[in-house]
Amino acid sequence: MAFVQKPQVYKSAINTVELGVSDNKITLGGATVSPLYSFDAPIANAPKVGVEITDLGLEGEPKGIVDYYGDCKTIGEQAKKAAAMPGADFVCLRFVGAEPGEGDRSVEECVKIAKEVSEAIDIPLVIAGCKSSQKDAQIFEKIAEALSGKNVLFLSAKEENYKTVGASVGLAYSQKVGAESSVDINLAKQLNVLLTQLGVAKENIIMNLGSAAAGYGFEYVASTIDRVKQAALAQNDAMLQMPVVTPIASETWVVKEALASEEDMPEWGCQEQRGIEMEIVTAAACLACGSDAVILKHPASVATISAMVAALM
Amino acid sequence: MALTGLDIFKITPKTNCKDCGNPTCMAFAMKVAQGAIPLDKCPHISDEVRAKLDEATAPPMKTIKIGAGENEHTLGGETVLYRHDKTFVSKSLYAVAVSDGYSDEQNETAFADIAKIDYERIGERMRVDAIFVDYASDSAKFLDLVKRANDMDRALIISCSDADIAEKALEIAGAGKPVLSGANASNFEAMNALASKHGIVLGVTGADLNELHDTVEKLEKAGNKNLVLDVTMGNIKDTFAATVQVRRASIKDGDRTFGYPSIVNTARIAAGDRDMQSALASLFTVKYGSVIVMEGMRYADALPLYGLRQNIFTNPQKPMKVEPGIYALNGADENSVCALTVDFALTYFVVSGEIERSGVPVNLLITDAGGYSVLTAWAAGKLSASSIAKFFQEADIEGKIKNRTLIIPGKVAVLKGEIEDKLPGWKIIPSPPEAIQLVKYLRELDV
Ligand code: SF4
Repeated sequence: MAFVQKPQVYKSAINTVELGVSDNKITLGGATVSPLYSFDAPIANAPKVGVEITDLGLEGEPKGIVDYYGDCKTIGEQAKKAAAMPGADFVCLRFVGAEPGEGDRSVEECVKIAKEVSEAIDIPLVIAGCKSSQKDAQIFEKIAEALSGKNVLFLSAKEENYKTVGASVGLAYSQKVGAESSVDINLAKQLNVLLTQLGVAKENIIMNLGSAAAGYGFEYVASTIDRVKQAALAQNDAMLQMPVVTPIASETWVVKEALASEEDMPEWGCQEQRGIEMEIVTAAACLACGSDAVILKHPASVATISAMVAALM
Repeated sequence: MALTGLDIFKITPKTNCKDCGNPTCMAFAMKVAQGAIPLDKCPHISDEVRAKLDEATAPPMKTIKIGAGENEHTLGGETVLYRHDKTFVSKSLYAVAVSDGYSDEQNETAFADIAKIDYERIGERMRVDAIFVDYASDSAKFLDLVKRANDMDRALIISCSDADIAEKALEIAGAGKPVLSGANASNFEAMNALASKHGIVLGVTGADLNELHDTVEKLEKAGNKNLVLDVTMGNIKDTFAATVQVRRASIKDGDRTFGYPSIVNTARIAAGDRDMQSALASLFTVKYGSVIVMEGMRYADALPLYGLRQNIFTNPQKPMKVEPGIYALNGADENSVCALTVDFALTYFVVSGEIERSGVPVNLLITDAGGYSVLTAWAAGKLSASSIAKFFQEADIEGKIKNRTLIIPGKVAVLKGEIEDKLPGWKIIPSPPEAIQLVKYLRELDV
């Protein structure tokens, strides 16, 4: 007897959210099936891959990344190269150096860097902050103003700063707000409710549900994304239908598997390869659970993950 | 799948004869549905009907054992599609492929990888679980690979659809209870005979899901329910579709024919692309691959994959714990500062990761807190001044470490005074409340 196929297509859909402007727009979300289940029904927009660069330039980056950017002298040149990376759908500029303990880069300088990057690239831009929610609120407001009309996503508004970030990024300058919670479906929903109550349209919200490197409590990430997607699709929960963006590079290159030198762990082999596979494995797992976009940094990971997504669509 | 009292009532003779000790057939059926009494207490239900009912109440996915002795592994037996619904019970196995169709160099590298990967992570030994020996066309070379693989102390999967050659392979490796994979629409009778003769699991393949379904039905009809399904199709998309649909059909839609574990061969659908194989191994670890085959396994692949697997297959009801004790980080010795936290695996990983990033030598003391996080353990009374003092005594911290500064989690800074009372001579300092602040804190710490 033949196999009876029972496609599972939901009446609800993940919200579609656009980033960027005119010809350079990308669209996240829109799926009416479980993540990557293109065999159930066509998926409107394939998951996207972002390339992360930081305001610290190439300082401390592994060789493959330094080699890729070659002789880029300015952050603008580096951004242009990031946008040209095969597989890149958007560029994510992370302000590591804005953190008060990491150099405390001034708001004006951050704005200048963001403008330089925005002008250098022809694909959408995502701005990520530092570890200080307070500082993020300050730089996001001014960058949102400076990049007004560019339809930029800001990562992220958190419980501590959602009012200021929501008001400036979302309301005053109509950019996209990333709502960040730490691996808990209820907290994710609550933050979306708060942001919408503030007046931010739900079409302008994207969720960052939190992330972790493979092996580092990833079960919480997996189950949170699983449950959010089920609530969005099977239970039509409008406060959880925002697309999910998961930063991967910032989680995976800081764990022991990627940091331990070959001298310290000779049997583990090439250090850079370990970082690449940590990034690839974590990103693939996030996409399998339901991330609508992942943010990576190594050219090898970007190529592989974008090829995997293409192969599955 | 649980049956209701009504379902069971329908198969009783409805005569209310009371031979079962119940006043009515309905009362009997209700008790059976609750699991209070077994169905065979009613002597008037025929064996045939009972067999049908057993089938209907059997778990949706069979539990299959492959390999022998130390190398025996359990596959399948899953009851849910999402780990948060209950738990996944059988972790994915990682297998490395060798084949007479590969270059000698590739086979040698594969064997070397298999021998090399062996380490422990949170109480679990991590190795390449199985070797997938794939027959292409050169039988002498293939049998030689079977011999070598058989000597490597791993479960084997012999992938060969030529029954005559498979028989020779089983003469070599049959005792280790390998999987014989390669039964298909045209050879399943001969392959079935071979698998039955050796008492081993038979792997079934098909050009598409219809053909696979059909062949499994024929094998079941022939009495074989000791199967695994090689769901590898022509490309990545079709293989993912097959893997998910087979699992979903069995767990959600009650299709017993597909209620078997799967084999997914990434070496076939992403040949030569090791990074893609890692990505796919991750995808299929999350989504329903029971045995995942790759061309090799470097530490670079193993470290994230085995970590991911450990996370995905952990029981959501039982937090992962690390062993209490002293963890010397960044080359810490007896003169290095001590920092204390709980045995909840996630806490341990986050804290040890941040300490490692700081580069500062620290003796990380893991105390038994029942696998709870810091605040939960404190609230549950599992992390207190007395529990810490008891741990210091049992682990002989004072005998092993000369330094007398102890950093305690900032979240339980309130314990400082009490701990000082219980541990005279120690300087107790609370850390910043969040682990991400640890790097800077440790670098600036003056002790
Ligand atoms: S023994 Fe069977 S037929 Fe008789 S009352 Fe019990 S269930 Fe009914």
